[in-house]
Amino acid sequence: MSDLARRAWAVAAAVPDPEIPVVTLEDLGILRGVEEEGGTAVVRLSPTYSGCPATAAIELSVAEALAGAGIAARIERVLTPAWTTDWITAEGREKLRAYGIAPPVAGGKASLFGEGPDVPCPRCGSVATERVSEFGSTPCKAHWRCTACGEPFDYFKCI
Amino acid sequence: MHAALLEIADDCLVLGHRLSEWCGHAPMLEEDLALPNMALDLIGTARGLYEHAGALEGKGRGENELAYFRGEREFVNCLLVERPNGDFAQTMLRQLYFAAFMEPYWRAATASADPVVAGIAGKAVKEVAYHIRHAGEWVIRLGDGTGESARRMRAAVAALHRYTGELFESSPAAGAAEAAGVLPKRAECRGEWDRVIGMVFAEAGLEAPAVSHMQTGGRQGIHGEALGHLLAEMQSLARAHPGAEW
Repeated sequence: MSDLARRAWAVAAAVPDPEIPVVTLEDLGILRGVEEEGGTAVVRLSPTYSGCPATAAIELSVAEALAGAGIAARIERVLTPAWTTDWITAEGREKLRAYGIAPPVAGGKASLFGEGPDVPCPRCGSVATERVSEFGSTPCKAHWRCTACGEPFDYFKCI
Repeated sequence: MHAALLEIADDCLVLGHRLSEWCGHAPMLEEDLALPNMALDLIGTARGLYEHAGALEGKGRGENELAYFRGEREFVNCLLVERPNGDFAQTMLRQLYFAAFMEPYWRAATASADPVVAGIAGKAVKEVAYHIRHAGEWVIRLGDGTGESARRMRAAVAALHRYTGELFESSPAAGAAEAAGVLPKRAECRGEWDRVIGMVFAEAGLEAPAVSHMQTGGRQGIHGEALGHLLAEMQSLARAHPGAEW
């Protein structure tokens, strides 16, 4: 990686998600690569959900951050391979939990009418939790509640 | 090739718009969030397909021109997706019928000879799995629920089943894309669709009616009255202020 690409990576990696500002793009695993092309940093980003309104906001934030750092850059949207919640880093998962969002549970991918995953409550850690709705306040979240401590919470659902 | 992509893009946009009509009107808050979430998935998929179809067509049409500046006869969506929302039972059954087709379709399309199509499919297949589950659970809950909910679910089946045959038909444009390995063969999605619908109907206590004549025509631009009203609402702002950006 060239020096320019390395600097561009550091700037882009630190950009916060516009909806969940405690996690960075690197934490989410949507920063897919940075390469230098004749003095321009080509930054490749992957969208989370097809219709996620944050996709355009994220690209704009990255472009602004790079411009602010004096780096000439071009943003490329990468669809293949499709982003998966498996790419959220361990640090990102812990930040989500501390923020009150239960991170995706391994093996929790939607199986047709199968049993759902055990999702620990981000507040008390109990797995005595239940799904209220598969669809929450943003495309990536489901709405759950904890029957042990009574807290409603968001669950970052697996895709 | 772009004509075949437009068919799927129109399916996704029209159904996405239909679901967005529920925003603020759903029977409970959770559904008020769920239906627009699914609408976002579908409209997001449609945008990617329009962008790609416009590029392949090479006439400078982008997603806005394709979505907002084509008339009713130029839309090539299947008839199922344009059916009015009706009651909640009809909306959920329509969603199940469509999602149960799109899931095997997108799964096969991840192996498309066109990498952009494969990329769009790779995202859509994961999202549509949630749509099947959500709609399927409602069809079971209503079909196996109270006398009134079961009556409405049966009425929804009677109203919509005749539009399912068209899902498996390939237009000449789609046939060419299938032969080129760009899009999956629609008829080959039948087995998985039958399996999912059979499983849901068995639990819901519903029966698929014997339909002597399936309604078709959407792929040729021959639509029901409902599509014109939908487009009038969806396109009016863009047509009143052509070229506007906000």
